[in-house]
Formats: sequence, C-alpha cells, structure tokens
Amino acid sequence: MRHRQVIALLALVGFGIALYLWLYKLGYLGRLQCGSGTCEYVQTSSYGDLWGVPVAFYGVVGYALIFAVALAGLRPAFVSRRWPTQLVAALAAGGWLFTLYLTYVELFVLHAICRWCVSSAVVITAIAVVAIPAAVKRDRGAGSGERSPMV
Amino acid sequence: MKRFYLLLGLVAVVGAVLIWQASRPSTGGAPASDDAAPVPVTAADSAFRGYVLGSDSAPVEIVEYADYECPVCAQFGAVQFPDIRQQLIETGRIRWRFRDFPLVGVHRWSRLSALVVACASEQGKAWEAMDALFQRHGEWAQRPPDPTGLFADRIRGIGLDMNGYRACMDAQRYAGRIEASRQEGLARNVGGTPTFFVNGREYNFRRANSDEFLALVDSLTGVRR
Repeated sequence: MRHRQVIALLALVGFGIALYLWLYKLGYLGRLQCGSGTCEYVQTSSYGDLWGVPVAFYGVVGYALIFAVALAGLRPAFVSRRWPTQLVAALAAGGWLFTLYLTYVELFVLHAICRWCVSSAVVITAIAVVAIPAAVKRDRGAGSGERSPMV
Repeated sequence: MKRFYLLLGLVAVVGAVLIWQASRPSTGGAPASDDAAPVPVTAADSAFRGYVLGSDSAPVEIVEYADYECPVCAQFGAVQFPDIRQQLIETGRIRWRFRDFPLVGVHRWSRLSALVVACASEQGKAWEAMDALFQRHGEWAQRPPDPTGLFADRIRGIGLDMNGYRACMDAQRYAGRIEASRQEGLARNVGGTPTFFVNGREYNFRRANSDEFLALVDSLTGVRR
C-alpha cells in the first residue's frame, strides 16, 4: 500500500509540472520560470506538439491517470487487488519511454534542455522505479504458490 | 492514512499557488525579450509606422505585432493571411499594419529574421520576404544552425539585389527601427505574438482564422450576411 501512496504523490507532482507547461502552451502564462530561454525554446519548437496537441497535454492526462489509479488502489475495496499496481506500472513504463524520446529530442535534436521537462522525466522515472518492481514482485508471489492476499 | 491525504492536499495547494503566481503578469508586464541586448533607437526609427498593406481610406485598420520565429505567427501568416489579404485588404475593407515584436529572449533568430524583412523592405519587397520566411518557417525557426545563409537563399528567390541586401544586413541598418517597434509593443502591453489591435482596440486572436476576421470586420462596418 505504501508504494501506491508514493506513486500518488509523485503523480500529483508530475501532474502539476505538466499542467504548468500545458497552461503555458495555451497562452495562460506569460513566460516560463526557467532561468533561461531554453524552456520556451523547447516548448515552442515543432517538437512541442504531437499530432496537433501540445506534448504537455499528454503529460497532464498520463499523470492524472496514474494518480487516479494509485488513489483507487488505496480504497479498501481495491487495496488487496493486484491490478492497480500493474496498471500504474504499465502507464509508467509507457510514460517513461515517451519521456526517453523527448529527452533524446532535447539533447540531440534541439540541443536545449528544458528544466521542467527534466523534472517531469525524474518524476516519471521515480514512478516507474517504484511501480514496476512492485508489480513484478507481486506477480512472482502469486505464481510461487504463496497465498495471494489480493483475492 | 489521514496524514497521507493531508500531504496530498498540501502538495496540491502548493502546486496551485505556484501556478497561480506564475500566471500573474510580472511587475512591468514585460515579456521575455527584456533580457535582450539594448539597441539604440533614434527619432527616425520611431517615426517608422510599420509595413502597411491596403487602402488609406479603409474603414478598419488592423495592427499585428508578430515575431517571424513564432510558430503561431508563421501559421497565421502562411495559412490565414492570404485569405485575409484577398477578402479584406484587396477589397479595400481593411488596412493591415505589421509591426515587429521580436521575442528576443525566447527566440534565437527573431531579430535576424526581422532584419531580413526590413532589408527587403528597402527594395520594396517586405511582404514577399515575410511570405518567404513564414512559408519556410520549419527550415530555420527554433533550431540551432545560424539561418543567415538560408535567409539569403530565400531572399534571392524573391528577386532582391543581393549586394544591397547583404550591405543592409551587415550594417544591421534597421536594428533600431525593429527595436522601436518592439518598444512600442511593450508600451501597448503586448504580451505575446501575434497580438492584434483592431481600430486601436486589442482583440484576442491568438489562434485567429480568416473567418473570425471577416466576421469582426462585418460587425464593425455594419455588414450583414
């Protein structure tokens, strides 16, 4: 249960970062608090949108999903179920791969680093580090003949 | 468990406060270009009133503050503006005034691209140069290689005398004029690009399309469709 709490907290932080970047893209924030112009350089580049939608919006949706699933997994009805951790692990793995691509673009295509993107990368990595081992560990426990506490 | 939800609430509140603070305009209301290197501005620079297209007698004047490197400006310039030009400017219904508003601290090639248009305007080709920059935006904007050579190629394509163009660019002949335009935008609280003023009043047309402009001009001139 503890890992779901940690994931929910991290997802909330990630959601805040993604929301901040998305609001910037929508024009509600004047300038990104970045310390340099590189955040805006990255955000307003052609890589700041994917299929006509700001990349930050995918982050908002992804973190919101992870947060919702982690919170649902804390409810008494689901606390002993395995699927919330597995679902969060799958979402985190997808998010991490997407972040890997975005970081590659920053480093090797744009040659500019957005600190907020790095912060989000750290958050999604931390979520993956917490969620994936927890999902795998439970799988092993169930498969080794231990009495599953999830049923 | 209670402590966990308190912690969640605390994180949410702190995040909301930080985003709310970030959404408030800074004390001067000045956008990112404030950190640009200072450029001297003369009275002659300030006397330039922008690139104008359309009839002097048109009942509506639209002033656009734009940055050539801004993707929304480029999209507007390449996709929407040709329709506006055909339907509203060439029919004498509006006059379009383009003002430079380079977001220097944000976009690396803002001033350079504004200089390209200014130097093309010296030979009467400002609008052709704008078209060239906007239509090939993806080739030069927001990427590291210095686009000076690429700009020269594009400019050659619109039939400029290249010796005159290069002399103008090397001397940065219109840097002060561009800066004067930017300062005018700051004084009018232009906070981003593109920003439009219609008969002196600011309209939020950040994602404008030609239909919106047509509807607005209809309403201002009393035309019913």
